[in-house]
Amino acid sequence: MTARLRVWLFTVAAAVVGGFFVAACRRLPPFGTARHPYGARAVTAALAHRTANVVSSVNFDLRAFDTLGEESILFGAVLGTALLLRPARDESLSRARTERVLPTTRLFGVLLLPLALVVGVYIVAHGQLSPGGGFQGGVVLATALHLAYIAADYRVLEKVRPSAAFDVADGISAASFTVMGLAGLVSGGAFLQNFLPLGTFNQLVSGGLVPLLNAAVGFEVASGVIVLVAHFLDQALEVHPSAQAPQPEEHPT
Amino acid sequence: MNGFLPFLAAGWMLLVALYGMVTSRNLVHTVGCLAVAQSSTYVMLLGAGYRRGGTAPVFSDTAPGSRPVVDPVVQALALTDVVVGATVTALLLALTLQLRKRHGTVDPQALTGLKG
Amino acid sequence: MTDVLIAVALVFVVAASTGAVLCREPVRQAVVLSALGLGLALLFTLLQAPDVALSQLAVGTALTPLLILLTTRKLRRSTEEAGEDTAPGSAEDTGTPDGGTGSGG
Repeated sequence: MTARLRVWLFTVAAAVVGGFFVAACRRLPPFGTARHPYGARAVTAALAHRTANVVSSVNFDLRAFDTLGEESILFGAVLGTALLLRPARDESLSRARTERVLPTTRLFGVLLLPLALVVGVYIVAHGQLSPGGGFQGGVVLATALHLAYIAADYRVLEKVRPSAAFDVADGISAASFTVMGLAGLVSGGAFLQNFLPLGTFNQLVSGGLVPLLNAAVGFEVASGVIVLVAHFLDQALEVHPSAQAPQPEEHPT
Repeated sequence: MNGFLPFLAAGWMLLVALYGMVTSRNLVHTVGCLAVAQSSTYVMLLGAGYRRGGTAPVFSDTAPGSRPVVDPVVQALALTDVVVGATVTALLLALTLQLRKRHGTVDPQALTGLKG
Repeated sequence: MTDVLIAVALVFVVAASTGAVLCREPVRQAVVLSALGLGLALLFTLLQAPDVALSQLAVGTALTPLLILLTTRKLRRSTEEAGEDTAPGSAEDTGTPDGGTGSGG
């Protein structure tokens, strides 16, 4: 298909889709409507399960099965990326250089790294109370770890981030979500049904399974994103096609 | 604000991202456009769930029932997809790197036949 | 008042997404995507969705642009390493030789 034909086809399709989309939007409840039947029911259900953050309750309690699907997609995507980006037989690894870092940059990284990690853990742990949770906190944790790369260099990052350990951690936390679901089944309820005491509203231990599922997802997202970024960093910094000998990148410093 | 302008904004984002994907000459750019298309769904969902005068559906510092809240269900849908979408973006970028290695190009329009 | 702010954020998001699509060069696109992520996070906060804003902030401004930058860097490097023996036509795929590396994420 030529590029012009493609654009022409797209224009026709976009005109049709756009026309129907505008027509559909005109019949939607207007922006800012006060009528949210599903929202109202979700709020009632979340309060009944003593979870202060209704969004977390929807994710990890009311629609936990849906989240199991989402985290399986996440796991599958991480697995696929790791498979695709592993060094092939015709590629060779060369160690990344040790690099000089400006002292101010190093100070910035060293001060910020523990702070960012604590913020990440806080966001995961308070998912059932305040905005946050496993998905957001996991990404914060994973990106926080990469401050080690800014503060030092790639070799240091590789030391604080043993890739194999995070591969395993990703798998275990993905599995633990299912195991907690099965525990609900074993205890006589349904899959992913809460079987823990609900606790006191607005306390750290409240909402039954929600904090645990939150933590499982937090670990999975954190280790998954660390694995992802690790593979991309390896590709960008260390993996060479070995048909041509890699230039010696080691500089004695 | 007019009743359905935010929805039209989401529709525009989707169509413009699709246009970018159709005309893209670099798969990395295509993946970036896909990220924009994903974002349009979040704008659509959260626009549909917004409630004028409502507050966030978090009751850690407001008493339940004291203020109307916006729809938490659409927020939960968008929230998980933001993170899952990023990992899928990573998978697509990994496929792009593989493609470059096997076929020597990342231009989708230069990829004609299948090669074994 | 909130409606005006939401309208401003919407206009910014629409402009940034159009810009991100029209930026054909991946490194520049990553920068525009990062701005789009920030705009979306702002819009979601105004729409009273702090949970989504938080994840959009972490993912949209940091993770996705970082992955795009790293991919671009890898593509550019493999073009350089492949040297003369592969098709020279693919050199334009990987953009300009200068520009950001992934270490800024």
